Amino acid sequence: MAKKEYAFYPGCSSQKGASASNYLVSVESMCKTLDIKMTEIPDWNCCAASISYAEAGNLPRHVLNARNFALAADNLPGQDIVATCAACWLGARESKERLEHNSVLLEDTNTALKEAGLNIKVIPEIKHMVEVLIEDLGYAELASHVKKPLAGMKIAGYVGCQTNRPFGIHGESFENPMYLDKLIETVGAEATPYDQKVTCCGGALAFSEPEKAQAQIKDIIESAYDSGAEMVVTPCPLCQANVEVYQGQINKRYGTKFNLPVLYYSQLMVVAYGGSAKDAGLNGQVIRARKLEDMASK
Amino acid sequence: MSDMNQQMTARYKNNFLKEIEQQAEMGEWVKMCMQCGVCSGSCPTNFHPGWQHPPQEIFMLIRAGKRDEVLDSPSMWMCTSCYNCYVRCPRKLPITHIMHGIAEYAYRLGRAPKGQPTLHLSKTFWNNCTKTGRTNEVKLTQTLYFKDGIVSGIKKALAMQDVALGLVKAGRLNIMEALGGGHKCKGAKGIHAMLAKARELENQRKGRAA
Repeated sequence: MAKKEYAFYPGCSSQKGASASNYLVSVESMCKTLDIKMTEIPDWNCCAASISYAEAGNLPRHVLNARNFALAADNLPGQDIVATCAACWLGARESKERLEHNSVLLEDTNTALKEAGLNIKVIPEIKHMVEVLIEDLGYAELASHVKKPLAGMKIAGYVGCQTNRPFGIHGESFENPMYLDKLIETVGAEATPYDQKVTCCGGALAFSEPEKAQAQIKDIIESAYDSGAEMVVTPCPLCQANVEVYQGQINKRYGTKFNLPVLYYSQLMVVAYGGSAKDAGLNGQVIRARKLEDMASK
Repeated sequence: MSDMNQQMTARYKNNFLKEIEQQAEMGEWVKMCMQCGVCSGSCPTNFHPGWQHPPQEIFMLIRAGKRDEVLDSPSMWMCTSCYNCYVRCPRKLPITHIMHGIAEYAYRLGRAPKGQPTLHLSKTFWNNCTKTGRTNEVKLTQTLYFKDGIVSGIKKALAMQDVALGLVKAGRLNIMEALGGGHKCKGAKGIHAMLAKARELENQRKGRAA
């Protein structure tokens, strides 16, 4: 039996062929090493992300998340829900909090869920993958699996917004959370002092108002270079995509020469645990992380 | 003027604060604002054009009954949902949600700025993800680029082609999604039914004509 079991909520961006598919590849390899069993919530749906606020309204947004709660509780009773995506985690936690504190909202939610043949009695705990790692397993356990310490690598830990605010990771500050730096150090790399650690990448505005988002992304990358980092690591799929894929556009707009790899914490861990570049999803980078690829093939 | 705008103007007369408290999500928090301005100083978009009124000004305008100024303002639509204002507010107002709530209400009343790009994205995203239960990233992007017509869409798509090619090469953009392939929920019908019911219940609770 696996050491830990969870109801897995991968989210839309992690699906095969989607923008964070490399995240899922690395999480699967990482969980294998750590003996974590993740069972996908059957027929889970999109959380609608923060950006849906105007069209969704209040109740429909929570009903959408509640469907996942009901499916998890019915099919995987007693298991906590684990999301790898910051937006999925935030959306689900927000809905859980609102439903548990507002009996009218809960009653209406159950009336709506009935139309889909579902009902919620208990809402499972909702965790981000990072919480599973540092709270349920702990840094010592994570370190015990390291076969190839990433010695000499300088990495900027970019926490971003939605794994940090409004809920955040227990015991961490909103202004200077340390867990990502600690994860970087756990795999033997060096976390650089990074002053844009919790700056917003622009989120969904990267689509709707690219010039505004790209101004923010430019600061985030510049500060990573200034800190001496050779790559950025993040726990959020939208942070990853926004900071990685627009570097070419930012170079055109501002005359910069950015070419900085942006990875997920889980990809670092897979390489440090002795996995191949493929296990770590490194072939899914738009800006290849050559140094990490070399490390993986050694 | 939309029917709902007329209905709400008649119902609340000159009490705009009450209107926001009852109609906008988290609107009941507005009167707690003490005008310190930490939210404005914390907003990542505060140096961009379009930021007509920072959150604390919006909240004071509501208390002053300036209905048109608030509902027609582009300010609420600047939000990136970064929650910086939310965690820093010394009076613990859920500012991100209040701004979303006021924005949503302005949209329901037909008062949101015409062609507002983030409102368009919000509509597109919700319609996209609720259609099959899961987001289709390719169709989402297509709809966004072509919102102002074919010519402008092709221009935008061309300007973004390096980004798209990079993602295709990395296996992170599935072109089959454009043809209706990709991921879907089996229970999409149930999702549509429950969301229709949710909409109906929300309108009833807020006393809005469906």
